[in-house]
Amino acid sequence: MVPLNYYLVLSAIIFAIGVTGVIIRRNIIVILMSIELMLNAVNLTFIAFSRSLGSMDGQVIVFFVMTVAAAEAVVGLAIIISVFRHRQTLDPREMQLLKW
Amino acid sequence: MILFLILAGLSIVFSLLVVFQRNVIYSAMALVATLFLIAVLFLTLEAAMVGILQILVYAGAIMVLFLFVIMLLNPGLLEGRSIAWWILGSLAAVLLLFVLVPFLSDSGRLLPGQAPAGGSFGSPESLAQSLFTDFVLPFEIASVLLLVAIVGAVVLAKREV
Repeated sequence: MVPLNYYLVLSAIIFAIGVTGVIIRRNIIVILMSIELMLNAVNLTFIAFSRSLGSMDGQVIVFFVMTVAAAEAVVGLAIIISVFRHRQTLDPREMQLLKW
Repeated sequence: MILFLILAGLSIVFSLLVVFQRNVIYSAMALVATLFLIAVLFLTLEAAMVGILQILVYAGAIMVLFLFVIMLLNPGLLEGRSIAWWILGSLAAVLLLFVLVPFLSDSGRLLPGQAPAGGSFGSPESLAQSLFTDFVLPFEIASVLLLVAIVGAVVLAKREV
């Protein structure tokens, strides 16, 4: 049986990779994908604790995280499409003005 | 144990590919692979229903949406790299790991061991049981959130409001 710590450390590594992606990438779609990666790392933590404590609550919370992630991806991609129409770019450093 | 090590190594490799791959489409495909591997990890943790939902919702619906937007916008060119941000980002990740890993690899002492899972643990029945009794208000709020997201996406993506 794999100890709980292994899952937690794996989850921390994936989360850190997601943080790196948010910092170093210049494509806003990839930044959104890195956020999905971080959400998944947290989900893995929830599932590991749910298994370790023998409680279903963690799995229910993962269900809600998935719902919120779906809503976030939909709205985020809609915003990206409408910004791209105005600016013809996906570089977040060029999105500095609120209205243009 | 061997299964876990294989899955963990592969998911770390694919999530590194998501971040360090310069082509957006390849990043998205690596993310699909990562999500599948995490779904298999859910299955090894006796969370069958959540694992299936992970494949359906994440690897299916959300990633199709991402690929659809990538192909619609067609960014084309590879993005440039800035070495300063690259160093800063890697440094931030390494610092985060230095904070998290010693704590997490130690925390097993505070917790009870692996609970013996019953036959129905993680099944759709037990998930629904929990969802419709203890968490029924958050469930309804989540449905309202999805409605708001649908309306918001339609309004945002429309050409002229």
